[in-house]
Amino acid sequence: MADIRNNFVGIKSPNPFWLASAPPTDKAYNVERAFKAGWGGVVWKTLGAEGPPVVNVNGPRYGAIWGADRRLLGLNNIELITDRDLYVNLREMKEVKKKWPDRAIVASIMVPCEEEAWKAILPLVEETEVDGIELNFGCPHGMSERGMGSAVGQVPEYIEMVVRWCKQYTRMPVITKLTPNITDIRFPARAAKRGGTDAVSLINTISSIVSVDLDNFSPVPSIDGRGSHGGYCGPAVKPIALNMVAEIARDPETYGLPISGIGGVTTWRDAAEFLALGAGNVQVCTAAMTYGFKIVQEMISGLSDWMDAKGHRTLDDICGRAVGNVTDWQYLNLNYVAKARIDQDLCIKCGRCHIACEDTSHQAITNVVDGVRHFEVMDDECVGCNLCVNVCPVENCITMEPLAAGELDQRTGKVVETTYANWTMHPNNPAAAPVAAE
Amino acid sequence: MERLGSGIQAGRLSPDEYASNFSDLHPRLDKHEALVAADRCYFCYDAPCMTACPTAIDIPLFIRQISTGNPLGSAKTIFDQNILGGMCARVCPTETLCEQACVRNTAEDRPVEIGKLQRYATDIAMEMNRQFYHRAASTGRRVAVVGAGPAGLACAHRLSMHGHDVVIFDAHEKAGGLNEYGIATYKATENFAQREVEYITAIGGIEIRTRQMLGRDFTLTELTCNFDAVFLGMGLAGVNALGIEGEDLAGVEDAVDFIAALRQATYKAQVPIGRRVVVLGGGMTAIDAAIQAKLLGAEEVTICYRRGKENMNASGYEQDLATANGVIIRHWLAPKRIIGKDGHVAGMEVEYTAIRDGKLVGTGETGIIAADQVMKAIGQSFGGSGLGSLRMESGKIAADLEGRTSIDGVWAGGDCVGHGEDLTVSATAQGRDAAESINRAFAAAARPAVAVA
Ligand SMILES: Cc1cc2nc3c(=O)[nH]c(=O)nc-3n(C[C@H](O)[C@H](O)[C@H](O)COP(=O)(O)OP(=O)(O)OC[C@H]3O[C@@H](n4cnc5c(N)ncnc54)[C@H](O)[C@@H]3O)c2cc1C
Ligand SMILES: Cc1cc2nc3c(=O)[nH]c(=O)nc-3n(C[C@H](O)[C@H](O)[C@H](O)COP(=O)(O)O)c2cc1C
Ligand code: SF4
Ligand code: SF4
Ligand code: SF4
Repeated sequence: MADIRNNFVGIKSPNPFWLASAPPTDKAYNVERAFKAGWGGVVWKTLGAEGPPVVNVNGPRYGAIWGADRRLLGLNNIELITDRDLYVNLREMKEVKKKWPDRAIVASIMVPCEEEAWKAILPLVEETEVDGIELNFGCPHGMSERGMGSAVGQVPEYIEMVVRWCKQYTRMPVITKLTPNITDIRFPARAAKRGGTDAVSLINTISSIVSVDLDNFSPVPSIDGRGSHGGYCGPAVKPIALNMVAEIARDPETYGLPISGIGGVTTWRDAAEFLALGAGNVQVCTAAMTYGFKIVQEMISGLSDWMDAKGHRTLDDICGRAVGNVTDWQYLNLNYVAKARIDQDLCIKCGRCHIACEDTSHQAITNVVDGVRHFEVMDDECVGCNLCVNVCPVENCITMEPLAAGELDQRTGKVVETTYANWTMHPNNPAAAPVAAE
Repeated sequence: MERLGSGIQAGRLSPDEYASNFSDLHPRLDKHEALVAADRCYFCYDAPCMTACPTAIDIPLFIRQISTGNPLGSAKTIFDQNILGGMCARVCPTETLCEQACVRNTAEDRPVEIGKLQRYATDIAMEMNRQFYHRAASTGRRVAVVGAGPAGLACAHRLSMHGHDVVIFDAHEKAGGLNEYGIATYKATENFAQREVEYITAIGGIEIRTRQMLGRDFTLTELTCNFDAVFLGMGLAGVNALGIEGEDLAGVEDAVDFIAALRQATYKAQVPIGRRVVVLGGGMTAIDAAIQAKLLGAEEVTICYRRGKENMNASGYEQDLATANGVIIRHWLAPKRIIGKDGHVAGMEVEYTAIRDGKLVGTGETGIIAADQVMKAIGQSFGGSGLGSLRMESGKIAADLEGRTSIDGVWAGGDCVGHGEDLTVSATAQGRDAAESINRAFAAAARPAVAVA
């Protein structure tokens, strides 16, 4: 049986599935239910400075987009950090940690960008004996208007400064949570590293307006007829999060920096993909908010069954395995030729591949052959773009088949070469160098 | 009330049983159900369902309009092709039409519920009395339509859209044709046929004259003289006879008459039904008569059909519906003699049949099924008269695919012509297409001939 125990910057948990700092980790009641369900760890809902806590809106704070059958694909929220008293949270964190010593508890913190504020809160958190801290530089709404959250996360110098204070005033591991609301994720990651962070976690939510109410023309969620942008999360953000994780994992300046992967993790498969792209563990919020804590059981069994099937023994066997395969476009092999193939036994003849290719791609799929409804790829037109694969409603019905070296590509009339050749070497590239740059 | 009393009696059931037996067969989808069902549609290209629909409704489009919260737009998409889309949604044998062609069958043996979705959208529009069509400026042309069934109504509506004035003549008391007098009670509840007639004629320019019978009250020649064009949508008014001993005994009835009487009865409890009923035939009419006999409280209902299950005109779904209602379907039995007692049906003598040398023959072996009522559902025939020189073909009016008959200025469509299946939807398509053909003929006549050098 695969061993899925997790050691993330020295914080141990029975599995790599943590709940992200959010409503599921708001208080002892939820966190204990989560641990009972099997979650490996939690990042407690973000703590603010001592004093009167923030207030939340009293109307709707979520909005969503849905796929078929109203399956939730993306969630948007305008919630702030914890609206409970700091000391209540600290007391509960301490109690829960004592009761559940084998689970990870990390305190998420967001206080004003002043040294005194951080210096004041860190010993209080340390006293709870939780396993580490996460710096919330990510919240894109409300808190950012007050100079915190993503307002810090968008300025690399601030990130570096705050991380440095934290490393100075606490012995606990520091995880820096990054905002995706930035042009190039590598800059804040590098800043966190320079400040001495033990790890980064990402992504926090993406600034978003999820929809507009067409009766009163208010953004949704609507508070008394008006709305404000919120933070977007859930399955829809996974591709953005995966790319950002990979960017940090393969950046020479941050290479090897531990990453906690967050953003749209819903199934074991999503988690495995984050791990493969360099995450040391994953954090989950929306999936738990959609289906409840029980989903972790599917994640645990799915991950370990897949590892068993593939012969991976520990998480180290898979972490970062895909990082080396992420490259820049210019290094992709232009001598690789693939053609779409339709499995006629699986084809249900919906015609979607045809119309997608006909209207928007390369006119490479038939719809009628000898007077009969029939869908087949014309190799002399197919550029191998994969659009038909993506629009076909039947899984594996259309596959992309690479041509072997030596075979004739009927579209170009050229024989497929055995060698690798990329854009940097291509004759059409004015800046082409005679040899590959990689 | 005598639940199992012998002979033909009314009031076999309790009022609640009648109410529930004759309620809607498929209660309409609510909004949630409609959205879930609509989500299953793939929005196919050149969709096979659409090709299979005799009126070629743009099914992927109307389903997508439902799923995006636009049921009125959806209804318009349906009515654009089929102004009787509401009735068709209730009565079409979708299992042999659009839903049979749905690609979801290939993947998971369960089609998109096209019929129910069509009903969802059309019900919403009709309940709001939302009219989508306006008459074009009046052309001054007048068209006579004979028959206010689906063919006649579809033809009249399309003609009116083009600005022509229409007078519909129908022999019956009420308009609607078999929608009013033939369709099974549980398929079109709550007076739907009449509501649909009102919805269709609300466009204006259509006058319906009931109790006006061609051949009795006027002739085809009179119509061609008084109108610019004539459309014949008379359906099949005649019924085939058995030609066996005992056919005139009390208790022997045509299935279509039984159904018509049932449809017109305000209180189903007043409709008499036998304790043991034998229905002869293998089509939709036989099935509908048998099921409704059962629903009226008959103890035993047996359909006897001359050939095998695979030869039955009724679809597999309809056969299943019958057996689920407790009807017994027996195959390879031909009617031989109706046995009487005191002038009344007492039994049905049948002979076993077989295919020998490719021909259906009696085997000589006979048997008797006890019965106090026998219903004939062995097919309808064209019963028209007063048609002058109109050319007939295999007992029906000869017409080309646009509905043009042998007489200039006379079109025909629906069950009374030979092509297409005898279905509400086919009649609708033919009526609509004939209207377009008439409109084209008017337009051509209005254009002065241009000499081509
Ligand atoms: C019992 C039964 C059940 C059926 N069930 C279904 C079903 O579930 N689904 C389905 O799709 N189809 C069904 N059908 C078939 C369907 O009803 C017909 O195909 C359809 O009604 C044909 O339409 P039509 O307009 O051609 O003729 P009809 O609906 O028959 O209308 C013809 C009209 O012409 C009138 N008429 C006839 N002769 C004259 C005359 N000489 N002068 C003036 N008026 C005249 C009649 O009064 C009638 O109103 C069923 C048929 C029967 C008999
Ligand atoms: C309602 C809500 C409140 C959140 N509050 C916080 C928070 O207080 N602190 C924080 O670091 N992230 C917060 N997040 C962001 C999540 O921790 C997480 O980064 C994000 O939702 C992406 O993960 P997911 O796609 O699994 O939901 C919140 C998210 C939601 C939906
Ligand atoms: S891979 Fe692209 S070009 Fe080839 S058939 Fe599919 S959609 Fe058309
Ligand atoms: S999209 Fe897939 S199922 Fe549909 S016609 Fe093309 S290959 Fe067949
Ligand atoms: S065939 Fe089925 S899935 Fe395709 S468009 Fe028609 S109803 Fe939709």
